Order: sequence, then structure tokens, then C-alpha cells
Amino acid sequence: MSVKLSTRQVGDVSVVDVAGRITLGEGSSALRDTLRDMVGKGQKKILLNLGDVSYIDSSGIGELVSGFTTVTNQGGQLKLLNLTKRVKDLLQITKLYTVFDVHDDEAGAVRSFA
Amino acid sequence: MRRGALTMGKNSRGGTETVERFLDSTLESVDSAEELAVQEAEKAGVPEDDLHKIAMSVRESMVNAVVHGNRYNAHKKVRLSVSKGPREFVVKIADEGDGFDYEHLPDPLAQENLLRHSGRGIFLIKAFMDEFQVRRLDPAGTEVTLVKYLVSN
Repeated sequence: MSVKLSTRQVGDVSVVDVAGRITLGEGSSALRDTLRDMVGKGQKKILLNLGDVSYIDSSGIGELVSGFTTVTNQGGQLKLLNLTKRVKDLLQITKLYTVFDVHDDEAGAVRSFA
Repeated sequence: MRRGALTMGKNSRGGTETVERFLDSTLESVDSAEELAVQEAEKAGVPEDDLHKIAMSVRESMVNAVVHGNRYNAHKKVRLSVSKGPREFVVKIADEGDGFDYEHLPDPLAQENLLRHSGRGIFLIKAFMDEFQVRRLDPAGTEVTLVKYLVSN
């Protein structure tokens, strides 16, 4: 299994715990399907917990960006939680770090949703 | 031998040891190429942080070869060669596709491209490797060369 995604609700925020690899194929399509499903159900406050993501490639970055765009276009917010150093570095290199609202603390991240 | 891979074996010449394989145009080949490159890089004494950079660069190059170059065509192969020289670790990946205009790739850091779904692969390879070269093959195909310098302690 390349990636494992599980969803839980904290107040009105949907937290997605992602573990494993978000790479082209199973990993990136699982993330895409989960986010599409959530947006389809009208969930507008989504927090992606990437603390256990060991690896992300350009396809995975693409899915994060597409997810962000889809949720934003629906009037929602998608934020990131617990980036590993590698994921943080990747987002910085690709100038996406400032595009996303990134948090290190779940309670603070949940409170930050308007 | 790995499923779907023809092993060409190892050869040594002038202090450089090369492992070469012909891989199917599948996503499984992307994983096995990455695995092989990392194994060989570990043997060459590449430090942990650079191992990840090599792994990612090989992955991105293999995806380009399999998906964009050979377009998953079962009749087309990807040639992978991994070499360890005295001062550098070199990975070459060649496909049999129609090629791409390397000189005119959109800049993924440009404001208008920041939120694009794709187009970051080659940018990341260039950020992670010490050298990156692209060569058109005759009669068809593209070969990319990824180089990481080996720092002697």
C-alpha cells in the first residue's frame, strides 16, 4: 500500500490524515479521489495532515495544488498540517509554501478556519 | 531478474562500474528504477540526503520516459544505466518517444504557472542534481543524464 488516507471530523473541520507515499499512480489518485469526494459532500474546511508522508513527487505536489484550487473554487479552505522537512523543502523550492496556509499544531490549525 | 526487466549485466571500464537495464514502459518500472539507483548510490557512498534527491530525480525522469516519452507503449523500452565513477554518480534514462522541447518548457515558478497541476518534474531534477543533460537520440527517443558529484571525505 503506497498511501493511507483516513478522515476524521474535529468540530466543523475535516482532517485528513495522510500516511505513506503520494506519488504518481495509486498515491496521487487516492488523494485526488478523497478530496473530490469531500468537496462533493459539501465539506469546505479541510485540513491535510501530512505528518506521516514519507515521500511526495511532482505528481503529488500537483494533486495538492489541484486540491487547493478545487476547494478554494468551491468557496472552501484547504490547509496543510505537520509538514516533514522534505515536503516543506519541496514546497519552498516550488514557491508553493506561501500559497498554502501551513500549520504545525492541529488545535491552532483547526481554530484558524474562519 | 526483476519481472519486466532485461538485465544487461555489469561492466567495469576505467574505474567506472555500470549497471544497465531495459525496462517496460510501466509505473512498476519507475519504482524498480528508483530502487536500483538508490541501491547503487548507497553502495557508492552517497550521503542520505542526496540519496533522496537521486531517488526523486530518477523517479521524475522515469515518469517522463514511461508516461510522456513511450506513452506506456508495451513495444517500447526504457534504457536505464547507473554508473559509479571515481568522482561522480551518473544515471542515464532513455526512452523511444517523440521527444520534447527542452529549451521552451514553461517556468513552474512564474506566477501564472504556480497553480498548474503539472510541469515541475524537470525543474525539481535540475534543483536536486549537480548536472542534468538532455540529448535527442537517433532515430527516435530522448536520453537524460543525471549527475551527482561524489564528495570525498
